[in-house]
Amino acid sequence: MNDDKPTIPGDLDKREPGLTPDLAPTYREGDLIHTAPEFAIADADVLASERGDVIPGTSLWRDAWRRLLKNKLAVFGMIVVSIVAIASIFGPMIIKKTTGFAPDSIPSDAKLIKSYPPFKTPDGSFSWLHPMGTDNQGRDMLARVLQGGQISLMVGIIATLVSLLIGVTYGAVAGYLGGRIDNLMMRVVDILYSLPYIILVIVLLAMFRRNTPMGQLLLLFVALGSVSWLTMARIVRGQVLSLKNQEFVLAARATGVSTPRIIFRHIVPNTLGPVIVYATLTIPTVMLTEAFLSFLGFGVQAPLASWGTLATNGIQNIGIFPWQMVFPGVTMALTLFSLNFLGDGLRDALDPQMRKL
Amino acid sequence: MNNGNLLEVKDLRTYFNTEDGEVKAVDGISFALKRGETLGIVGESGSGKSVTNLSIIRLIPTPPGRIVSGQVLFDGTDILALKEDEVRRIRGRRIAMIFQDPMTSLNPFMKISRQLMEITQLHLGHTKREAYDHAIKMLETVGIPDARSRVDGYPHEFSGGMRQRVMIAMALSCEPELLIADEPTTALDVTIQAQILELIKTLKRATGASVILITHDLGVVAGMTDHLIVMYAGKVFEQAPTTELFALPGNPYTKGLLRSVPDPTSEQDRLYQIRGLPPDVAHLPAGCPFAPRCDRAEEICQREFPPFVQLTAEHFSLCHFANEVYEESCEEAGSRQAVSSTAHQGRP
Repeated sequence: MNDDKPTIPGDLDKREPGLTPDLAPTYREGDLIHTAPEFAIADADVLASERGDVIPGTSLWRDAWRRLLKNKLAVFGMIVVSIVAIASIFGPMIIKKTTGFAPDSIPSDAKLIKSYPPFKTPDGSFSWLHPMGTDNQGRDMLARVLQGGQISLMVGIIATLVSLLIGVTYGAVAGYLGGRIDNLMMRVVDILYSLPYIILVIVLLAMFRRNTPMGQLLLLFVALGSVSWLTMARIVRGQVLSLKNQEFVLAARATGVSTPRIIFRHIVPNTLGPVIVYATLTIPTVMLTEAFLSFLGFGVQAPLASWGTLATNGIQNIGIFPWQMVFPGVTMALTLFSLNFLGDGLRDALDPQMRKL
Repeated sequence: MNNGNLLEVKDLRTYFNTEDGEVKAVDGISFALKRGETLGIVGESGSGKSVTNLSIIRLIPTPPGRIVSGQVLFDGTDILALKEDEVRRIRGRRIAMIFQDPMTSLNPFMKISRQLMEITQLHLGHTKREAYDHAIKMLETVGIPDARSRVDGYPHEFSGGMRQRVMIAMALSCEPELLIADEPTTALDVTIQAQILELIKTLKRATGASVILITHDLGVVAGMTDHLIVMYAGKVFEQAPTTELFALPGNPYTKGLLRSVPDPTSEQDRLYQIRGLPPDVAHLPAGCPFAPRCDRAEEICQREFPPFVQLTAEHFSLCHFANEVYEESCEEAGSRQAVSSTAHQGRP
């Protein structure tokens, strides 16, 4: 042994047997315990095993997508939602082109201003003209249901986006800053939670009543969005609390990244899984609330119509003209079902516990 | 300028307020690091190694943490007195860090390229194009094959050793003057450990950066560092040039640590271990914090806090019996030399 350089291990014969035999670790022959510098490979070569790890991407999203496709109910939901969405967007236009019925066009012939059942002409014979019948004013129900779908989906999606924007920002800031600020911010959420939100929305809608239908619609987005962000804020805060202690956040801070950038560029994308799931489940809730508000007369104003207003109008004549109520009601129920299935499927697909499989 | 010291830590104290009372995680640490030198900080878990280094770039979570007193003079300026955005300009630009677990220290949702580009865009004012090219160049520097196609991958597409290489690339992209490596090899397997250490060494030589290497593996620091600090319970227990510390330890704790390193060539069946557990830093005894575990503790050790004894010009030890321990080490070293020289003579 070269004595100029001290060696790490002490003298063999100077060592005592372990003082606490039970706790003494046993090393089998051939165990590598630590690397002495002399084992170091001179050039920073890369091992073959290290080089050959190009596994064609099973990224998180692709994995989740695969799991989602295995879930039959979720696939069903996805298909139904897509059909409803596409039909709502293009349907009214196509109907206008082919039959000339706009959702709000009342026929000029006084004879036609009455409600006809589905697939029936005024003289009682079969016709493809009104597959869902007409309403009291003789307007084509299919066109109205599809246009109502436009409004309902728009309310659902935009109000959810509003809640997403507020909730994610609020929750992420509260969670990341922590301490007293977090405490204060979350108590505000608690207080808002304790208010009956329907009443809050009704008060908001009544106070800032707009005269134009579009203005009222916009107000509806804001009102619904501003009450549905609370749970989102809590979810995001919880996620951020666990994420902010991860080493990559410390690493980002150690490279001099500023706090807002860390929150919104580094942490928030990591909360995306639960956020997407919750957002998908918020859309039907918001749509239901909108229907409820329309039912009470606070929602979408004529001539615009949503599924909620259509159902409200329909329910007045449910005994005589059941199709006025059934078609918007069933379409809405089917869409809400499908959105919920899709949301559940997404939750299962993005669940961190499932991810390990 | 300031006697060639890049970093001078003076009487640094970082305390944490916990429910259990005030924890003195770092309690009066002082050391200096010259330009181009490597300093090793060794100690058991919870001895304050990481807190020391997080304090240096002010990344202690506050609350509960709090830098109570002390100075961190980096190139003459006290980092602890700077404003937050001034510190941010130093972080990553002049002082960079590598963390223990490469699996968690890269953002799983960001492409490698974006994580690498962020630093140079931030600190060197690179455009996207420049930053992207620089990222590829850095990946090539740290020995990632086929860097051009790998740069747009996500962290999960890289193995542990590769990720640590990426971390090193990230840390070195702005050519920092000080690199703090907090247990850079602990989470890696041994063959990769050696490569990573060698890589740090090579790059350090190439860029002339100073390095602080935190580890609990004495094998790691032996070949890498110029100076060593042994920490225990938030205090510096021994401070010496690496070769001297290994050859002539002047502190019973260091001796215990050195004896606990397994020697693959020996046939002993039981490994030496320091008895007991590291102390609860919230409730330290009045005397020497190591006394309850120390083989040669005497009555005075329980009662009085030990002095920081200077043994040679650069060798300090925190012990009541520092001089005695040091002399013993000298004798042992002498006899070892004698034994091995006779062994040499015995060989034909």
